[in-house]
Amino acid sequence: MPGSLATGLDPRSVARGGQSPDRAWRWAARLLAVSVLVPLAVILGSWLHFDAEIWQHLGSTILPTLAANTAWLIVGVAIGSLLLGVPLAWLTAMCEFPGRRFLDWALMLPFALPAYVLAFVFVGVFDFSGPVQGGIRSLFGLPPAWSFEVRNTFGVVAVMTLVLYPYVYMLARVSFLGQGQSAYEAGRSLGLGPWAAFVRVSLPMARPGIIAGLSLALMEALADFGAVSVFNYDTFTTAIYKSWFGFFDLQSAAQLASILLTLVLVALVIERRFRDRARFVETGRGGRRRIPLSGGSALAAAVFGWGVLFAAFVAPVAQLLSWAWETRASLDARYFGLFVHTLSLGVMAGLLTVVAAFVLAYANRYHGDRSTAFSVRVGTLGYALPGSVLAVGVMLSLTWIDNRVADGLEWLTGRDVGLFLSGTVIALLMAYFARFLAVAYGPVESGLERIRPSVRDAARSLGAGQWETVWRVYLPMLRPGLLTALLLVLVDVMKEMPATLLLRPFGWDTLAVRIYELTSEGEWERAALPAVALLLVGLVPVILLVRRSAR
Amino acid sequence: MIRFLVSAAIAVSVALPAQVLADEVVVYSARNEHLIKPLFDRYTQQTGVEISYITDKEGPLLQRLKAEGKRTPADMLITVDAGNLWHAAESGVLASVDSPVLDANVPANLRDPQKRWFGLSERARTIVYSSERVTPADLSTYEDLADPKWQGRLCLRTSKKVYNQSLVATLIARHGEARAEEIVRGWVANLATAPFSNDTKTMEAVAAGQCDVAIVNTYYFGRLQKKDPSIGLALFWPNQDSSGVHINVSGAGITQHAKHRDAAVKLLEWLSSDEAQHDFAGLNMEYPVNPTVEPAELVAAWGTFKADELNVAEAGRLQADAIRLMDRAGYR
Repeated sequence: MPGSLATGLDPRSVARGGQSPDRAWRWAARLLAVSVLVPLAVILGSWLHFDAEIWQHLGSTILPTLAANTAWLIVGVAIGSLLLGVPLAWLTAMCEFPGRRFLDWALMLPFALPAYVLAFVFVGVFDFSGPVQGGIRSLFGLPPAWSFEVRNTFGVVAVMTLVLYPYVYMLARVSFLGQGQSAYEAGRSLGLGPWAAFVRVSLPMARPGIIAGLSLALMEALADFGAVSVFNYDTFTTAIYKSWFGFFDLQSAAQLASILLTLVLVALVIERRFRDRARFVETGRGGRRRIPLSGGSALAAAVFGWGVLFAAFVAPVAQLLSWAWETRASLDARYFGLFVHTLSLGVMAGLLTVVAAFVLAYANRYHGDRSTAFSVRVGTLGYALPGSVLAVGVMLSLTWIDNRVADGLEWLTGRDVGLFLSGTVIALLMAYFARFLAVAYGPVESGLERIRPSVRDAARSLGAGQWETVWRVYLPMLRPGLLTALLLVLVDVMKEMPATLLLRPFGWDTLAVRIYELTSEGEWERAALPAVALLLVGLVPVILLVRRSAR
Repeated sequence: MIRFLVSAAIAVSVALPAQVLADEVVVYSARNEHLIKPLFDRYTQQTGVEISYITDKEGPLLQRLKAEGKRTPADMLITVDAGNLWHAAESGVLASVDSPVLDANVPANLRDPQKRWFGLSERARTIVYSSERVTPADLSTYEDLADPKWQGRLCLRTSKKVYNQSLVATLIARHGEARAEEIVRGWVANLATAPFSNDTKTMEAVAAGQCDVAIVNTYYFGRLQKKDPSIGLALFWPNQDSSGVHINVSGAGITQHAKHRDAAVKLLEWLSSDEAQHDFAGLNMEYPVNPTVEPAELVAAWGTFKADELNVAEAGRLQADAIRLMDRAGYR
């Protein structure tokens, strides 16, 4: 291995100062984990009751197909988002080619597009009755029955990849930016070719970021219901929703969801095992000179970047805009309220979640014991559950607490005071927090892993206190990771649908709620207007934050 | 100090619910906002009664009602499909309502026999065909679409949609499971392509020539027709010599723990009245349940038909059986 990689360091061993800061950090981490664990426990509690009949039915009819479909989806999205996300991140972070400055942030834009919206546009354009197949038939004089199928595994994987590659792109990009040029150049000077230096030096160093991005993409693919249902592509979530909405059996639905959760947990633990064998830390900023591409390679890089941007963003947004234009008359004063609610929920949840993610990651790296590692694992599981299932978990636990408190007050005062938590913004923020802590944790943790532990020693030996070290050393160094985390959560919250629907206070409609209202009765074209509005709100933070994080 | 804080906290929390307006109705609705808000606004204007509502899918709303228990703020639950209404009633969140007005306005087969919910609009799930490639004489019944003569010519929406579950549930009620499964298997064998995610896409496939017949709700057809009056599709009313066209409802009930029960009952009665029915159905191009109210012009132009008189609650009771049956038959 090249000498610039420091391996086998345990950052905890360098910080065994006082016991009290350790304890404070650990308790903070535990507390955060508990607030995610409670709704998860409600889901896991479903196993107390077992309905063998539904399981037998699902097992003998649809489960085998669902399992196969889900496996294909995961494999396909993993391959697809790695093939798009990693090379694009490398090109925009390390190289220079025409259009690089624009693509750098523009390639994150597809993330602002909800998966189900892209799915609908895709099916609308490419299916038998859409303009593409119709155009081909009339252009080449083909028989009216000529067609190709797009509502299949390939179509689902293509759509999900185009929506989810930004997770990999963004996190890999932060890793590459953090590496600077020096590691790559050291590799080159030791006689490696450009390709070998990328594969053997830069790529392994960026692995925590890439894996973190990939885990988020796959968790979202696993838990997705909206996009797959546009394709009528049955995955594991189909069985969950069938049990709940079809058989009205939330217990079985929760049991199925907890199987999903277990699978994700196992995968994460395995990944962690592998990652623990090698630790990579940043070697200092080093040179910031980009690798200039010229001629054919510059053209190839530009075509690749623009091609992805076109397929994942420009084309679908053009279609959305044309639909939105047709329904522009429905744009009224109420949209102002929708904007405000969407943005303020996003900002509140984003800040809350990123602070929590930092506490969790920092505690685990420098003050952790086994309980902290466990807290991290629990705290980041919420994302693996389908949104509605987690939302119900949060709702059930909050109303339970509410009812007990109200019982107590009634006993004390003789008056029924009603529910005060459920139906407030607090309930909604709890749900966002439980769901998106994993999203914030990924970039923060992978950023933290690249800071060498000696930085902390240096700060401490220069007399900086506990908080000063965090505030003046870590937060500035972590800025790209923190900003990425904030951006991801902000946009994810604004797109979020099931929890917002179930837990929003009266009158707190968001743009996503508006989209739901229209799409649930199949009025997709009319939903284009709120979808475009959502996109615009999502663009503001993307542009602001990305410009800052790119130095 | 501590005692002061505690008593202050209690005082505040006791005072808060006092803000609940006397003239207010709180609604949980699975029917979309743009189909209920215009009516609510009119009601508020006429009576001064404020209506607050949230919308969501039936499943989560029902779960919330159950979890909130006796402290729920909701007075009324509006939902779509008899299966969902039946299930809400079964799970005990709806209270029975004795109202001569509702009894008069809502026909008996469109409301719960125990009066826990009442249909407010009626939708027909019928056959739509390509007016270019099919003559109506070829069509007869839902059952007939299982005949091999339709091989490769049928398009269906996914079995995950409750409308299809209710349709198959009525097939079970009428023919028994074995025969119903035979019919569904016949449909699946006749499919031209994999089932679609919604009715509109299904009809567009018929219009584009991917298939010749489909089963859809009439209001989706109305929407397409409004957009493109020359679209090469037409409606057919099946089973006119036997059971009649399959119908379903959207409807509402008063919650078990309603805080404004009287006001909520009044609102429900108003929604079933001559005055509200035209719009309640018309906004979505459905049929009014109130027999004295005419449907909208475009809807009336599709003609009259004999409707299935089976109580729609039956579809709810048999929904789970219908899903199992469709899973067995490979109907996705």
